[in-house]
Amino acid sequence: MKVLFFGISKDIVGKSEMEISDLTKKTTVNDLKNYLKDEFPEFSNLTSFAVAVNSEYAKDDVSLERNDEIAVIPPVSGG
Amino acid sequence: MNKKIVEIVDTINTSQVYAELSHPHSGGICVFVGAVREFTNNEEVVALEFETYKSMAIKELDKIAEEAFEKWQLNAVVLQHAVGAKKVEEPVVVVGASSAHRSECFEACRFLIDTLKERVPIWKKEIFKNKSVWVSAHP
Repeated sequence: MKVLFFGISKDIVGKSEMEISDLTKKTTVNDLKNYLKDEFPEFSNLTSFAVAVNSEYAKDDVSLERNDEIAVIPPVSGG
Repeated sequence: MNKKIVEIVDTINTSQVYAELSHPHSGGICVFVGAVREFTNNEEVVALEFETYKSMAIKELDKIAEEAFEKWQLNAVVLQHAVGAKKVEEPVVVVGASSAHRSECFEACRFLIDTLKERVPIWKKEIFKNKSVWVSAHP
């Protein structure tokens, strides 16, 4: 699945978009968060981070579908 | 008819906001402008750099505007945020509301900026002379 990265999360993974093939069936937001923390330990140092599915904040138990637009949302700091 | 403007822009034009909020039924117009401040914890900031997840940011800005219309009797709401590099004193965000009397627009204006800061996917990097820091990223 394709995942978009912004802000500090983009710096952590080194790109703004990544294809993650390790995650396949029955993947949830929580699985993606754990995968990212395992692959890139710096995610654990963040204040928090959220995942958006199709431009909406998604809770941990939401399942991710192949065609969803998935994005990692580190702590926001607009204004 | 209510007026609603939610935008991500390259440059904030603060002189437009009055016309955007002006309404025949509004006797009060309240505006908040956020700008780049020179010092953060006594360190000199050279610039701020903003990036956004635009499609989601517009959705969230729109939800905040709709929530404000539900909470208060408002005739117009504006939420605009800039992206890109911004220098000291440049405006980066403008929000505002207009209503028949002042109390509604004052309350709504505070809600607009506080809620924007809480949940709209926009990220700010502080550029200092020798380093740069993503704001709020670490505890």
